[in-house]
Amino acid sequence: MNQLKNFTKGLIKENPVLVLVLGTCPTLATSTSVINAIGMGAAATVVLLCSNVVISALRKVIPDKVRIPCYIVLIAGFVTMVQMLVKAFAPALDSALGIYLPLIVVNCIILGRAEMFANKNKVFDSAIDGLGMGLGFTLALFLMASIRETFGAGTFAGFPIPVLYENHISILTMAPGGFFVFGLLIACVNKFGKHKPKKKDFGCEGCPSAESCGGSCEEKKEEAAK
Amino acid sequence: MTKLIIILLSAVFINNYVLSRFLGICPFLGVSKKLDSATGMSLAVIFVMLIATAVTYPIQVFLLDPLNLGYLQTIVFILVIAALVQLVEIVLKRYVPSLHKSLGVYLPLITTNCAVLGVTILNVQDYPVNEATTFWWGFAESMVNSLGSGLGFFLAMVMFSGVRSAIEGNDVPESFKGLPITLTAAAITSLSFLGFGGIIENLFA
Repeated sequence: MNQLKNFTKGLIKENPVLVLVLGTCPTLATSTSVINAIGMGAAATVVLLCSNVVISALRKVIPDKVRIPCYIVLIAGFVTMVQMLVKAFAPALDSALGIYLPLIVVNCIILGRAEMFANKNKVFDSAIDGLGMGLGFTLALFLMASIRETFGAGTFAGFPIPVLYENHISILTMAPGGFFVFGLLIACVNKFGKHKPKKKDFGCEGCPSAESCGGSCEEKKEEAAK
Repeated sequence: MTKLIIILLSAVFINNYVLSRFLGICPFLGVSKKLDSATGMSLAVIFVMLIATAVTYPIQVFLLDPLNLGYLQTIVFILVIAALVQLVEIVLKRYVPSLHKSLGVYLPLITTNCAVLGVTILNVQDYPVNEATTFWWGFAESMVNSLGSGLGFFLAMVMFSGVRSAIEGNDVPESFKGLPITLTAAAITSLSFLGFGGIIENLFA
């Protein structure tokens, strides 16, 4: 039962993109078409699942002081593996995702889950958590890409949609459309989500650099609030 | 020389890292609330981008390429950047305390900033050393590209912190409070950068 909860929380209640607001760069950049979004989501899910499992298995071996560098090396290793697999079996996806494939290394979702979940929990729970969060990421990307592709290009996964194809709003597939659709989606989550919008939008709890920065961003926020 | 100016201008205006390539969105949304922190963060980013390129470009050319270790690029680059940032922080703390005071808090945050890793990977992709170019020419192009990318980040941060301070006092609908209105403002700011498209072709024609 507990496992099921761990799995579903990543999908909706703690969706990494729409609720925790992590990994914004790949979300905005690869959601121009549904195919790219699913490819990016799948690649990140594989990395997240593998890194969560390995980090959880090694949580007693890795010394606390050097854990962040260790995590980064492990994650970079898995990213390299995924990169090579995509290059070999889906070269079209590789050229579509381009720079964002190696940049999964610095995706806050992956380091964030390692720091918040995998280094405190058992291997199986961490695997479930990684899978749930990865699918949540894919779901958010898919949702955003559906909106941007349907209205921006008038196609869905490459197939033209009758009326929209002739009257597409091409700005939605460009950079400003990405910011705008993302803003709208988060506003929808705030409106229809069960809990009220949090005061801390960029809280330190999700930030992997929180410890090293010593909450300096948090202090600034409080200053700004005054 | 013209080519270097073209690289610089297109990195600042057309392929702006934040507003058209979507790299470094986290600091763009997180640290842009006040002008002084936005400036500090961007200066630190320019600084780290330049030294990261100065180190990773020779590593790619003289180490990874001759040994056919290109697939280790991601791991090597992220480790080099992380170590470099730590080293720079220690050196600054010891010898230039005034600079450390203003940039110090932002340096650790930059390690996991995708704009820095992005610029180093794009440099070795876009300006490779081959029969046509020597190492120093490719190196110069990469450094200029890094400088332009950093300046573009600076420009976007400073512009956006102005936009945000204008939003601050406004009456925003309940569900749009916080992040959604910030993103909507970012969309409009990014729209203004679309206007720069095509200037490079006509500038030196």
